Amino acid sequence: MRVLHVLNVSKSFPGIRALDRVRLDVSGGTVHALVGENGAGKSTLMKIIAGLTQPDEGELLFKGRQFRPRNPHDALKAGIAMIPQELMPFRELTVAENIFVGHEPTLRFGWLDKNKMQREAARLLGQIGVPIPPTTRMKDLTVAQMQVVEIAKALAHNADLLIMDEPTSAISEREVETLFSIIGDLKRRGVSVIYVSHRLDEIFRISDAVTVLRDGQHVATRPITDTDRNTLITLMVGRDIEETVGPSATATGDVALELRGLTKRGKFTGVDLTLRQGEILGLAGLMGAGRTELAEAIFGLVRPDAGELRVRGRVVKIESPRDAIAHGIGMVTEDRHKFGLVHVMSVKHNITLAGLRGWWINRTVENAMADEQLRAYSIKVRDRNQLAGTLSGGNQQKVVLAKTLLPRPSILILDEPTRGIDIGSKAEMHAFVRELAREGMAVLLISSELPELLSLSTRLLVMRQGRIGAELDPRSVTQETVLRHAMPKER
Amino acid sequence: MKTWLSRFGLVVALLCIGAALSIVKPVFLTFPNLLNVVRQISINGILAVGVTYVLLTGGVDLSLGSVVALSGVVAAIFAHPGDWPVIVPVAAGVLVGAACGGINGLVVTKGRVAPFIVTLGMMTAARGVALVVSGGKPVSNLGESFRWIGSGGVPVIVFLAVSCVSWVLLSNLRLGRHLYAVGGNENAARASGINVEGVKLFAYTICGALAGLGGVVLAARITTGQPNAGVGYELDAIAAVVIGGTSLSGGVGGVGGTILGALLMGVINNGLDLLNVSSYYQAIVKGIIIVGAVWLDQRKEKS
Ligand SMILES: Nc1ncnc2c1ncn2[C@@H]1O[C@H](COP(=O)(O)OP(=O)(O)OP(=O)(O)O)[C@@H](O)[C@H]1O
Ligand SMILES: [Mg+2]
Repeated sequence: MRVLHVLNVSKSFPGIRALDRVRLDVSGGTVHALVGENGAGKSTLMKIIAGLTQPDEGELLFKGRQFRPRNPHDALKAGIAMIPQELMPFRELTVAENIFVGHEPTLRFGWLDKNKMQREAARLLGQIGVPIPPTTRMKDLTVAQMQVVEIAKALAHNADLLIMDEPTSAISEREVETLFSIIGDLKRRGVSVIYVSHRLDEIFRISDAVTVLRDGQHVATRPITDTDRNTLITLMVGRDIEETVGPSATATGDVALELRGLTKRGKFTGVDLTLRQGEILGLAGLMGAGRTELAEAIFGLVRPDAGELRVRGRVVKIESPRDAIAHGIGMVTEDRHKFGLVHVMSVKHNITLAGLRGWWINRTVENAMADEQLRAYSIKVRDRNQLAGTLSGGNQQKVVLAKTLLPRPSILILDEPTRGIDIGSKAEMHAFVRELAREGMAVLLISSELPELLSLSTRLLVMRQGRIGAELDPRSVTQETVLRHAMPKER
Repeated sequence: MKTWLSRFGLVVALLCIGAALSIVKPVFLTFPNLLNVVRQISINGILAVGVTYVLLTGGVDLSLGSVVALSGVVAAIFAHPGDWPVIVPVAAGVLVGAACGGINGLVVTKGRVAPFIVTLGMMTAARGVALVVSGGKPVSNLGESFRWIGSGGVPVIVFLAVSCVSWVLLSNLRLGRHLYAVGGNENAARASGINVEGVKLFAYTICGALAGLGGVVLAARITTGQPNAGVGYELDAIAAVVIGGTSLSGGVGGVGGTILGALLMGVINNGLDLLNVSSYYQAIVKGIIIVGAVWLDQRKEKS
């Protein structure tokens, strides 16, 4: 039975036709995957179904009835919930308050039933297997944890159709597994899921059918059993892609960065680490292992409590990102909304933000710089003056990368650098990171995608509960071994 | 692109109102009246340009009116005939303003107190200092060269100069870009290596300095240093900035809009004067225009 029927939906933004007479049919109790390159229009379509934007034309039928949600509330009432791609949490509210925002359980006279709220929140989070205390404030969570909360929030609605727009872009394998088993349960209960992802392995594991969008147009819909990886890629990009090969053996140079006993209470303890020019040092670990916090400490976003940091042999004090940048360190943070982009500024101004020199801004030079970066990272924009906040998720991520690399750092920290980036751009990005390393850059890579870590890293460290555990050889190690080393020790 | 559009909308509004006025009251379009309009807006304009910096960073400055009074009084004290060359009272007024702004900025950045509170405190304190310094009485008997600053088209020229410099600073200097970045997303600005505290300190200081300059011009124009002058000026200045399309949450806007906003307010004031509307009703009209302009601006943003 068809639950959702989308017919000839179009949507334009100034200068771009994001959706062009798109159709989509979702059957009850199935997982329908939606794939396409960055900017193909996936999120726009999902937002229309969830009532976050309105289509210019076209028709929607939900459970056989005409359906035209004017806002998310309409959609929720009809039984459609969504995990959005761009996490926009209420950072000052607690986890429980975020999960129940808009449908808070109440006692008489609208009095908040805080106990029930926290109990329910804890239950939902427990179901996903990530017991975050429901009274924690959102701003104290990592992006991965926020994503988990976002999943819990969508589950709390007991919807009939659940839209997941890249729900796994920041969480690690273990949580992904749990999410998949939850999706399995939902399916058995007759719930339908639209699943947007750039990770094709996931798509082949969980979905029943897949629809491909390209440049805002419907390209194909296939039962998953009728297609394979290469076909999908060709449908998505309209050409063949060279996917990443094994790790590059590079000759490594001088020591670029050294940590000795770096400690931040409650986050990481006694971290020793040596990073050389020309190497890509992978940092594996589960959610909460302290990898992001460690990276933030190196970049001056948080202050460590103890320990020593040496850049090219000299002990340095890094108290702010400004110091870090001055020492030639660049970082792509995992939270692009908080630390990456200035949404209300143009793409151009974002790209040149850290790269401008001198007092006076030379417009010609600045435009040239921006254009060069836009080309180098094949960022899809209408023009360089488009506001950064209106780019598709993957393109926003590329802008952050372009910005970070403009001042030509010699040490580069990448925290989930390919989060939300499509398969073609990801291959480009990987090639790019390798190239940077070959030119002598020292790269510290954090990624929740093990295949990415294994194929890119020249050396691999595993972090567990705030400490560096094993050092593994990415050339020979298997994903299972890495995971075993990453699992918290039983007590 | 968007700011250009909203500015364009303001220009249209300005032209329409101007055209309507010149039909109903032909005297509106005469040179003396137009000069009168720009003279009347010049002090508010100077303050508005100053507070644009602060609003762009996502802050606010409520102390402008009191700083105007304080620096006017201080300048007047140095401006008695034959005492000092005219540069001394001017510099004293501007520096006092800059000092007030600097204190605001320091407490906001180092003390991490909300700008609303800090500048509210400064509003009260600076007024008190003005009263103490002047002994509660107007400081009069000012030299002729000082009074010249407030005469004829001089305030207009000061306003224009301030606007031009600020325009160049905000659109062409790296510092200006950093102001926008800090207001747009403070965390991202910091992560891009921007000295967020320094940028904010600069914004509050220059805002204070321009308020000081406004105080000097005002004292010269009314030929006394008035400790009770400038009450409510901060709100007029903020209104002009907001009408001009600068976002109260920071990161969006600019001096061009502020100038137009101040002009629009001036033209409407002048028109209502010419039409003999009582000042009671003028206040009502002003209130409606402030809200209406922002409302229109936001509707445009959505579509
Ligand atoms: N509010 C907006 N204003 C202008 N353009 C927009 C807006 N929202 C989206 N777009 C444009 O519409 C196109 C489709 O964007 P959308 O976010 O749907 O892509 P996507 O398929 O989800 O990509 P990704 O894989 O990167 O998330 C992009 O070119 C984007 O720049
Ligand atoms: Mg998207």
